Amino acid sequence: MALRDGLQGRVTVQGLVKRYGPVNAVDDVSLEVGSGEFLALLGPSGSGKTTILMSIAGFEYPDEGRILIGEEEVTWAPPNKRNLGMVFQRYTLFPHMSVLENIAFPLKMRGIGRAEREERARAALATVRLGQMGDRKPAQLSGGQQQRVAIARAIVYQPRVLLMDEPLSALDKNLREEMQIEIKHLQREIGITVIFVTHDQTEALTMADRVAVLDHGRLQQLGAPRDLYEAPETAFVAGFIGETNFCEGRLSRPAMPGDPILVTLEAGGQMQATAAQALPAGERVKIALRPERLRVLPAGTEGPTARVTEAIYAGNATTLMLEGQGGQLLRARIPAGAGMHEPRPGESVRLAWQQADARAFLA
Amino acid sequence: MSRPHRHNRAGRMALNAAAYAVTVFLLLPTLIIAPMSVGPERLLSFPPKGFSLRWYAEYFQDSDWIRATLFSAEAGVIAAVCATVIGTMLALALVRGRLPGKGIVELLVIGPVIVPHIALAVAMFLVFEQLRLTGSLLGFAMAHTVLALPFVVFTVLAALYRFDAELERAALSCGAGAFRTFRYVTLPLIAPGLVSAALFAFIISFDEAVVSFFISDLDRKTLPRKMFEDIDFNISPTLAAVATMLTALTIVALLLGYALKRSMERRARAAADTGP
Repeated sequence: MALRDGLQGRVTVQGLVKRYGPVNAVDDVSLEVGSGEFLALLGPSGSGKTTILMSIAGFEYPDEGRILIGEEEVTWAPPNKRNLGMVFQRYTLFPHMSVLENIAFPLKMRGIGRAEREERARAALATVRLGQMGDRKPAQLSGGQQQRVAIARAIVYQPRVLLMDEPLSALDKNLREEMQIEIKHLQREIGITVIFVTHDQTEALTMADRVAVLDHGRLQQLGAPRDLYEAPETAFVAGFIGETNFCEGRLSRPAMPGDPILVTLEAGGQMQATAAQALPAGERVKIALRPERLRVLPAGTEGPTARVTEAIYAGNATTLMLEGQGGQLLRARIPAGAGMHEPRPGESVRLAWQQADARAFLA
Repeated sequence: MSRPHRHNRAGRMALNAAAYAVTVFLLLPTLIIAPMSVGPERLLSFPPKGFSLRWYAEYFQDSDWIRATLFSAEAGVIAAVCATVIGTMLALALVRGRLPGKGIVELLVIGPVIVPHIALAVAMFLVFEQLRLTGSLLGFAMAHTVLALPFVVFTVLAALYRFDAELERAALSCGAGAFRTFRYVTLPLIAPGLVSAALFAFIISFDEAVVSFFISDLDRKTLPRKMFEDIDFNISPTLAAVATMLTALTIVALLLGYALKRSMERRARAAADTGP
């Protein structure tokens, strides 16, 4: 598989639009997935992530735009001509075939002889660590085992690209985490391009090289997990990835991305922040500040103050519920064992943050 | 607590009694025909005075009976195959297809069940007469295909609704085209439904009497038509023997169909277990 051409596994989506009646399920989405890259399509339900995947798979045809796999345009090719691997949300194994027959099925469809079929199916089964299960029927396997068989069936013909539609959502939490790591390992091992749809941000952040965040059919941001968390480009991304505090206010002067700004808060007072997008003067803005970036100091010195309403201990951290000026509700997270000030409910505290950590977006 | 319970039980017993009474009432004529068929006398009588299989022997030795039986069997097999193939395609089109006027097609499929058979029989006779199809195997096969079609379509529709359509997508993603997806995935999984549909179709054709009465001619006739004629000319106990065998055959076919349906449901459940 090392012989595979460096561009063969590239997937390009250009200006994809898909309408269902008056609704744009996918609204002008363009993205490129590099060969051997693991891309997660992340978004709430109705964000268009599955429609994009199904358009790449060939089960949906777009109203506008093009889809390329490698150098080849496949926008209108039927699904069975795209040579992609596909793993569905439900396991979709053929119940009347044995596990081995399931895995050999794509090889059979490609006209590969019985002996080679069996050999390659056994090898694929070993890759997903189910070597002994070949003669069983799918119904005799557990959910996790079935999904592994489905993965084996999708990679046995060495497709350039593997598409996965929420493949782990039917599994329980522990098994899901185990499978996340396993899929990641498998992907590195065989060097296949993976496009993985999920609504679970943790899953996307832990598995993917890059994550495309979608909302209402629009691509909000495409970037490495760290960029999405630390430098979200839209208020949606800031709110969707991880936990965040939002403070609303107004800006008196226009700002360019990265500019330090002073926002007059609706709840009263002013707040130092950094523009995350181009912000025109007089517009309403939303400032996002992560709970772990909000520092809680003993009262007495100068600066914005708040009152602790609740302190929730969770072992590795304590979450403080705070009521700031004008009733603004905030959360702060204090890591355990860092020797930081841990106030009690009812206590007044002073708040501080790095200006770069408070990111302002158009509201 | 005991009173409503007792009340409930009395009600249930009454219901059971009524159900058995209706069943016996429905079965009685059929049950009487069997003993009548083994009586040794030349005239049909009940209860039989003795036991003899001579009327069964008579049936097997009479070429007229055998010819009618074979003709019925031929027409039944052809009608069953045609109705199953056409009905399956129709059911697939209704479930998967995007054909315009689905509702109208569905209504047309039910047609042969709703339209009185006697009206259909007259209509078919008039058309077949023109086309010289009366008394021909082709004519019977066509007529019985039409009559059996609704039963096939509904049986296959039920099988398709139970079938997980996502499996077809999986097959497509594995590189199978539409035909091979049907051949390797859809067909094996709905096959028990198709077999029971074909059995149904065969039975419908085999004991269909009204249309057959109209489109038979003197030497090409089906078994039910031959039985009608026999009643008119000589009420021999052979008739009872034939009726008994016909009933037995139908019961066997229905049991077979039922067993198949059960196995299909077991399979469907096994398939459902593979999902979340």
